[in-house]
Parts: sequence; C-alpha cells; structure tokens
Amino acid sequence: MSEFANTIKDSLLEKFTKTSYELDGYGEHNFFMSQDEIHPAIEFLKNNGFIYLTDITGSHYPEKEGAEFQVVYHIHNLSENLRIRLKVDLSEKDVHVPSMTDLFAGANWMERETFDFFGIIFEGHPNLTRILNVDDMDYHPMKKEYALEDETRTDKDDTFFGR
Amino acid sequence: MSELELQNKKVAALASTETIDGEIATLNLGPTHPATHGIFQNILQVDGERILSAEQTVGYIHRAFEKLAERRPYNQITPITDRLNYCSSPINNMGWHMTVEKLIGAEMPKRVDYMRVIVMELARIADHLVCNSVIGVDTGALTGFTYMFQEREKIYDIYEEICGARLTTNVGRIGGFDRDFNKEFITKLRAFLKEFPKKFDEFGALLERNRIFMDRTIGAGPITAERALSYSFAGPNLRAAGVDYDVRVMKPYSSYQDFDFTIPVGNDGDTYDRFMVRQQEIRESLKIITQALENMPEGDYHADIPSFYLPPKEEVYSSMEALIYHFKIVMGETPIPAGEVYHSVEGGNGELGYYLVSDGGRTPYRLHFRRPCFIYYQAYPEMITGSLLSDAILTMSSMNVIAGELDA
Repeated sequence: MSEFANTIKDSLLEKFTKTSYELDGYGEHNFFMSQDEIHPAIEFLKNNGFIYLTDITGSHYPEKEGAEFQVVYHIHNLSENLRIRLKVDLSEKDVHVPSMTDLFAGANWMERETFDFFGIIFEGHPNLTRILNVDDMDYHPMKKEYALEDETRTDKDDTFFGR
Repeated sequence: MSELELQNKKVAALASTETIDGEIATLNLGPTHPATHGIFQNILQVDGERILSAEQTVGYIHRAFEKLAERRPYNQITPITDRLNYCSSPINNMGWHMTVEKLIGAEMPKRVDYMRVIVMELARIADHLVCNSVIGVDTGALTGFTYMFQEREKIYDIYEEICGARLTTNVGRIGGFDRDFNKEFITKLRAFLKEFPKKFDEFGALLERNRIFMDRTIGAGPITAERALSYSFAGPNLRAAGVDYDVRVMKPYSSYQDFDFTIPVGNDGDTYDRFMVRQQEIRESLKIITQALENMPEGDYHADIPSFYLPPKEEVYSSMEALIYHFKIVMGETPIPAGEVYHSVEGGNGELGYYLVSDGGRTPYRLHFRRPCFIYYQAYPEMITGSLLSDAILTMSSMNVIAGELDA
C-alpha cells in the first residue's frame, strides 16, 4: 500500500469514527461508512485530491437483515492515482443517503439511476425522478424480489438453470 | 449560488440581451430526429435559433442489461456487452473478460494481451472514425464520411477473420481467444496498416485545418476542465478539455505499459478539440497496433484455466475430461470465487467500468456497467445553453453519445 493510501486511510478512520476499513483480496480499498458520515467523508476526500467521482451504484442483499441495501461509491484521486471504494449499508426501513450533487455535478444521473432501480432516496437531490424506466412504473426493478421471468410459468423446470 | 440558480440567471440574461423577437418557443428535438444519431429526446426552449434551456429524456432503448446479467452465466454476458457501445464492441467484450479474469485470478499469457491490444485499438479506430466522420457530416462535409466508412468496413473485415462477426462481435472468451490469428487476419491487418494512414491523412487534410470547418466548430459546445471533471467526463471528451486522464496509462491493463504512445489533450473542450483529440488518438492507436504486431510474443492464445476456458472441440468428442469441462463451462457449473471487483478499460468514449459482485453462484450477484456516455451526457444542457441550435447538434455528435451505451 502506498504512503498516500495509508495517510488517507488513517485520517478517514480517525475523522469518521463509525468507519471500518478492509483491503480486499484484489488490492482495492474498501471503507464502510455510515449514512450520516458519508457526505462529510466524500467532501473531505474531494478536498484531498479525490476530484473524480468514478461511479455511484447500489446493490440489494435481501438476506442481510438491517443492511438490505448498499450504496457503493468509487472515487479516484487522479494526481496520486488512487481509487477507493466507499460503501454505505442501509436498512430497508430507512433508505436515505445524502446526495453528492452539491460536490459533483456528475452525481446527478448516477443517483437518479440508483433511485430508479433500487429505490434509494438521495436527500437533497434536485430532481430525484426515474431516468431509464418509464415514469409511471411503481416498483424498483433491480430488487431481488422481482424475478426476471414470469414466476407463474409452469412449463419450464428451472432447477438446473438460472439463479 | 447554486448550479440551478446560476443556470436560471444565465437564461434570464440571454433572454433579455440577445432577444431576437422576444418570443420563446418550445422545440421537441427527438426522440427520432434525423439530425441526432440515435434515440435522444431534448425539449428545448428556444428564442429564435438560440437555446435557452434543454430538458433531456433518456431510456428509450433501455434493455435492462444489469438485470439480465443476474440470470446469465459469465460467458453468456459477453453478447450483452456487445450492445453497449456498439461502435467498439471488442473493447466492451474484452473489458468484461478481463473483469472475470480479475475475479478468478487468472494470469494471461503475454500473447493474449498483445492480441487483445491489437483488436481493441482497431475498435478504437473504428469508433473514432464514426464519430469524426459524422462531425463532418453535421457540418455539411459528406465526402470524408463516405471514404472513412469504407475504411471502417475494412476494420470489420479484419474482425470477421477472428470471430466471424462484424458489428456485435462477441470476440474472445474468458481466458483469451477462441482461436489464434490466422494468416488472412495478418494479411488484412498489414494491408490496413499500410493503406489506411494515407487515406486517413487525406481525410485529415479535408477538415483539420479547413477554415470553414474550424470556424464552424471552434467554440461550439465548450466545457472547462473543471466542469468536465465535476461531471465525471471520460475519454476523448475529458482530454479535449485538457485533463490527461486515460485508463490505459493510469491503470494499465492488458500490458498497455509495454507500448509507447502519447495521450493527446486539447485546451478548450469544444467541438474542434474533441475532433482533434480523436484524430490524434487514431494515429496513436495505429502506432500501438504496429508495435504490438511487430513484437508479438510467442505462446498460447489462451490461458491455462481448464475450468473456465472451453477445451478444443475435437477433444470433447474423444476425451472424458474435456467433455466434463465442456459440460461444466457451458452449464455454468464451475466454481467462481465470491468477491467484488471493479475493472475499467478505456473504451471508445472513456472509462468503461464493470462493477461485479459474485457470491460464488453461477451468475453474477450484481453487475453494474459504468457507462461513460450515460455519465457525461448529463452535461449536455449546460454545454448547449446559450448556443445556436445547429451548434447543439454538432455538440451532440462530437460528444459521441451512443444510445446503446447511454441506456444500457
């Protein structure tokens, strides 16, 4: 791990006490943040050279009680060439995270996409509406409870195929 | 002052100072407008020819790739990636293969890396050719387009020699290629490398220093480096704004560190700079292909990972082991480690990322595509506000927004 990565890790862990860190087997830096600390943390990172927001996306883990949803941020420091990943676990009862649109203009559509597919509410977003799906859709299709195929079908045995 | 307020103020200022007749009209540009290449809708408020605001609608060809991917075994996801940026499918295919290889920890032989580099750079040339010749078309210069599309056909002929397909290539496999480059491939590639630069220079001579073209494109749809970074621009569009971010250099994959090439950057981030950056990148890609072809290492065209790479077909019919592997791979029964990877490649439009979560099952648990088009297209209203309608069309084609990648 580079010296810079170490400094960033130490200061993030020190400044944001609810944070935990994991260096995964692929050499990527993962930080697990809490809902209320993610915005100041990304602001702190932005002021430390992480000026490129690579991606915001979500995942759904219905089996993990109290952490059914996860928002994943990839953020890149271009001058030190370090990319880190921040994750926020959300309970399905409270799917709110602060919006990053005030820090990065590009966060706008990334957050709209995550809202569209997972129903995660980004607080402070200027226009949190559906983006890829039709406006009158009343569910969030990337949730695991929505199977890809019609579940009422009886003519096909899926035991050996698909998830 | 917030972004929105600033925008509103700008609009108000424009409406008051540059009024032509003071009457604001609503113009629905799209979804299928002959001047936009692809399905995009923009509802514009225009005062005469000048654009006051734009509201975008995307998602017209959304095909739920991320959802589809959750039900498909890993090797069946390659054809999905074809349909992201369909102007440079091989880059998408190989980006996906490399993501899975990263997940399973497979090491590729040098030869595979070099072969991939050749195909990916050909794809980059094809992608940039489409974009640049279409900029020509939108400025009224149809000639270059007709000639450059002939050259693109030759690239497709080269693809055909390695995978049999032209547009949606589905080239290669997890673990390398399904076959080695054949003689015909090498002949066609060498002929292309010999003849293309001349024709390309002719195309360049038509437009690069053409006074009419320059007057038309300089200053059209500009963006500053700061705004481009804030919008997470990538690829030629970001480099045209003056930021030298290229995944091939920053996070080298597929042995890109072995090649000698430069990253062209622009100054103003306008249509002309985007055009010029792409022109220069085509020349750099040619350099990379030549180097890869000259220094092609000996070795196998695939990695030695029997549980992921299909055995030769004739062995499947005669050997039990091969048959078992064949069956397991086709049915998606090979064990895959649980884990998360993010891998990105420099696609035709910039950083194309794959965020893959595996729980050890036969299909990805979650797969997210970081599509550069989708991310930078949101800057479009900001780039065209205050400009003329004809510049807006030009800005869109110079940003190379590909509907397939935009909507996934």
